[in-house]
Amino acid sequence: MKKALVAILFMASAGIATAANITVKGSDTLVRLGQRWAEAYMKAHPDAVIQVSGGGTGTGIAALINGTTDICEASRDMKAKEYADAKAKGVNPYRVAVALDGIAIFSNEANPLKELTLEQLKGIYTGLITDWKEIGGEPHSIILYGRENNSGTYAYFKEHVLAEEDYAENTQTLPGTAAVVNAVAKDKYSIGYGGIAWGTGVKYIAVKKDAQSPAVLPSMETITGGTYPISRELYWFFNGEPTGQLRALMNWVLAPEGQKVAESVDYIPLPKDVAEKNILK
Amino acid sequence: MQPYVFKPKSRIRDFIIEKFIAVNAFTALIVILLIFIFIFKESIPIFTSPDVQSEASLDKMIFKQQYYEGRDPKWSWQPNSDVPKYSLLPLFLGTLKAAIVAMLFSVPLAVGAAIYTSEFAPRRLREIIKPVIELLAGIPSVVLGFFALIVLASILQTAFGFTYRLNSINAGIALGLAVIPIIFTISEDAMTSVPQSLREAAMALGANPWQISFTMVLPAALPGIAAGIVLGFGRAIGETMIVLMASGNAAIISGGFTESIRTLSATIAAELAEVVFGSAHYNVLFFLGTLLFVFTFFVNLGGELVLSRLKDRLQGRQK
Repeated sequence: MKKALVAILFMASAGIATAANITVKGSDTLVRLGQRWAEAYMKAHPDAVIQVSGGGTGTGIAALINGTTDICEASRDMKAKEYADAKAKGVNPYRVAVALDGIAIFSNEANPLKELTLEQLKGIYTGLITDWKEIGGEPHSIILYGRENNSGTYAYFKEHVLAEEDYAENTQTLPGTAAVVNAVAKDKYSIGYGGIAWGTGVKYIAVKKDAQSPAVLPSMETITGGTYPISRELYWFFNGEPTGQLRALMNWVLAPEGQKVAESVDYIPLPKDVAEKNILK
Repeated sequence: MQPYVFKPKSRIRDFIIEKFIAVNAFTALIVILLIFIFIFKESIPIFTSPDVQSEASLDKMIFKQQYYEGRDPKWSWQPNSDVPKYSLLPLFLGTLKAAIVAMLFSVPLAVGAAIYTSEFAPRRLREIIKPVIELLAGIPSVVLGFFALIVLASILQTAFGFTYRLNSINAGIALGLAVIPIIFTISEDAMTSVPQSLREAAMALGANPWQISFTMVLPAALPGIAAGIVLGFGRAIGETMIVLMASGNAAIISGGFTESIRTLSATIAAELAEVVFGSAHYNVLFFLGTLLFVFTFFVNLGGELVLSRLKDRLQGRQK
């Protein structure tokens, strides 16, 4: 009798838990911010239940297309092929920028190099430049760390820095920017890339657009101002224009309240006018 | 005396119970078959659909491909690219390298430990060592992988001066730790089930304990030890979490062991979450899964067959 009661309670709670859930899946770059937003929103609106998980932008987009998530967090735009796949499955992706991010280039604290041009970065990550001495450092091969190929950061870096060329084969892939930072911090001759919000224990390398431009370190000012060469928008994708709970959540995130949460965890908030434009009344 | 006659009612009940238990036994077999069928089914488009074959056919997966004009043909695994690349060779090589390092590390340790505990250790010590080594089997593989990523990699790099911090030796040693309990348990069982009469015969002929162990018992238990090694190898090939975290995941083709590797299992684990259902990438990943399944299935089958034949022989049921 007791066992039956426990079983019934268990099933009922499972039923309640799935009642008004908002699922958020996708970018590992955005996942920390997504969790903070979820916590803050659930505190302000006690009846909302939001579940946030990572897995990479590719995972999130696949989940949106397959219908297993309400919101997809993405650190890059969807590719033409992904838009086509979505349409084929009856999903209508609605994109809204929710924050800004810069891809920082990390190097070990013992590395004397301070700046790189975009051209040099491309050479390093496509395997054309293999030794630190070619760019003015000690003679030693460059150890490359990057992200797995389901990562939005991977795809964004490939598109905007490598111009769609392949990564060098000896790029070691790690799951998540935190893992990249950890690896670079431990490896003296290494270089890595990732979202700016994760860099502790490593140095940032200032990036020059070309040999004549000034070298710019990633920071709040340079990214919002647009002077840091590798900055990007972070997106939320919905299936069609969001309504009801999803719409309320999105508007809250774009409002000054939500953007302030982003700032407090070292992400870059959208410029005020862009945020206001994205809010759906 | 009257022969015992089954009452009709109990005959039916016994029949039902017997068949029910038989069904339970066959369920395991059926599940294995169904898993194989499902995994293989998702990879069939590689053989049948021209759409998928233009991106990833058996040909493209095995041989060097010239992906860009003016550049040399090569083997490369980069499925997320303008020109998707699906060569399997770097993955096979990576899996093999990790398994070889794991075997080289674990076999001497495990077999040595088995010989010591079954032949030379005093009884009290034996009852401590055996459970402790089997405790190693209880460590979750993700913990071993984490340990290798954070601690072992740094130790190995400062000790040997590797260029790459995460390489096949790092992953191989952690894999070896996971495989040691398997080889140890089976080898130790094989050695203790060698009949005492063999040992007594050797003693009667004047052999000392050392000679008894290495010239009588070890050869007799060798098929069991070999089976244990084979089963450990199967485990090393299929292990995922350790290689995912500790091997660097770079699909390099090289002869040395001090460079990063990308294994079949880690590739599936890292990439399957993101593929859109039904794409060529999806089919290829399931094909990798089929290959892994088939390989480990036959490795384990071989190991088990040898073990059961050895048991029969030692227990006198078979010449």
